[in-house]
Amino acid sequence: MARDEVVILGVGMHPWGKWGQNFVEYGVAAARAALADAGVAWTDIQFVSGACTMRCGYPGYVAGATFAQALGWNGARIASSYAACASGSMALEAARAQIRSGRCDVALVVGADTTPKGFLAPQAGERPNDPDWLRFRLLGATNPTYFALYARRRMDLYGTTERDIAEVRVKNAQHGFTNPYARYRQELTVDAVLASNMVADPLRLLEICATSDGGAAVVVASADYARKKGVTSGVKIAAVSTVTPSYPSDQIEMPDFATDSWAVVPRPGHAFRDSVARAAYEEAGLGPEDMSLAEVYDLSSAMELDWYEQLGLAEAGEGERLLHDGVTRLGGRCPVNTSGGLACFGEAVPAQALAQVCEVTWQLRGTAGPRQVKNAKTGITANQGLFGHGSSVILTR
Amino acid sequence: MSTDKPKVPAVEGWFESNGPNPHLIGGQCEKCGTISFPREKSFCKNPSCDSTSFRAVPLSQRGTIWSYTNACYKPPAPYVASDPYVPFGIAAVELEKEGMVVMGQLAHGVRVEDVRVGMEVELVVETLFATEEKELLVWKWKPVAS
Repeated sequence: MARDEVVILGVGMHPWGKWGQNFVEYGVAAARAALADAGVAWTDIQFVSGACTMRCGYPGYVAGATFAQALGWNGARIASSYAACASGSMALEAARAQIRSGRCDVALVVGADTTPKGFLAPQAGERPNDPDWLRFRLLGATNPTYFALYARRRMDLYGTTERDIAEVRVKNAQHGFTNPYARYRQELTVDAVLASNMVADPLRLLEICATSDGGAAVVVASADYARKKGVTSGVKIAAVSTVTPSYPSDQIEMPDFATDSWAVVPRPGHAFRDSVARAAYEEAGLGPEDMSLAEVYDLSSAMELDWYEQLGLAEAGEGERLLHDGVTRLGGRCPVNTSGGLACFGEAVPAQALAQVCEVTWQLRGTAGPRQVKNAKTGITANQGLFGHGSSVILTR
Repeated sequence: MSTDKPKVPAVEGWFESNGPNPHLIGGQCEKCGTISFPREKSFCKNPSCDSTSFRAVPLSQRGTIWSYTNACYKPPAPYVASDPYVPFGIAAVELEKEGMVVMGQLAHGVRVEDVRVGMEVELVVETLFATEEKELLVWKWKPVAS
């Protein structure tokens, strides 16, 4: 292992659901599971990197300190990262940077959330300068509104059908129904998906990611530390991409009212979501053809089709063919969302990007049980957080 | 649902509702010409421009639909929904001259079945919601009568 390599020593999760407890409980449960998996004592952790939640009051804003205190102050340095849905990757990157700079040998990364029922709504109060408040006020634009705009454009441009979108959901149910950490563990039929209520045309209830409680944690270490623990082979971080868009971005994004203008400055060669994975591939020195599996952010089932193309697994407009050919199904060339994805989890915002890392780690170790990808060597995660947060992690073994 | 109550924009300075030509008000950088909506007043979005002066410019009243959807369920506060709730459409509209896509609700009564990607629409001003004292107005997109 190279000197600046960062190794995943342990991963752990608290099951996703609607448990109604304090988010700290899920985070601590996940942290203890990851520490046990790594064989590292909490008191040996030198750096705690917390992924923040904005819905659980002050302790959520200082997640690193909150989890460190809950586990018992051990004097470790801390960081708290917020990048909306990409918070987990940002927290992982903060820990990786500490290790690579030589400031610490072993770090704990934790994210957890407790969510209210229904649409994610903006923070309360009159805030007419906050675009996230204004989009609800002036447009009634919820998160599914944006997912639906992407889905409908895809349908009108590429001929994607409602059935294609439902088939993504059915595939993810088939992947996730045996996952003990998933919240929705039920096999589905296309007819059942298409019979669920329309939320934001063309997207139906079963095709839109719910919000969940959950927690995920990762223990990362330097190669030296891993070697001293007797770990000589294992899962390594090959890349973490946390890129922002390049101006002008022509994709309408939550919570914006408009895109940038490309009237004066021409559009960049790559759209934002294409650039997220591209940066990860570049750092890892790998390409889409090297990926054994991918965990992508299926905020809607239709967005998974977009991700196939944005990850470079298919050309634009070819995502459906990939799905129908079984390429992205377990047993296919590059299974996507073997965990069941957001469809089976529902989103626990600061924990979700870390949950993706947990799944890829289990797959690369060969311990994913019934959803194991045969001989998985390299996996990629992809995710995007509100306000321009790209996120992609590549793991190898 | 027009009443005699005074009509005021639901947001200040984002659109012109008076007169025969309602339009959105964008910001244009005095230095590089970049356009923004809502109107940028502090920093130019162009990373190669450090300008801090902007003029208000009217945006095109017509554009083409980039995509569209609807809100089958009542959006949460701070949206003020009609009671009983009536679903409404939402469109993202591409303005050719400005080179940008701007969202807005679809005009009252326009259903998703009535629109397609690429269809020409024009800006109209309609009531968003009413309080005891006034009607709050907002911009919406309406298919151009063919």
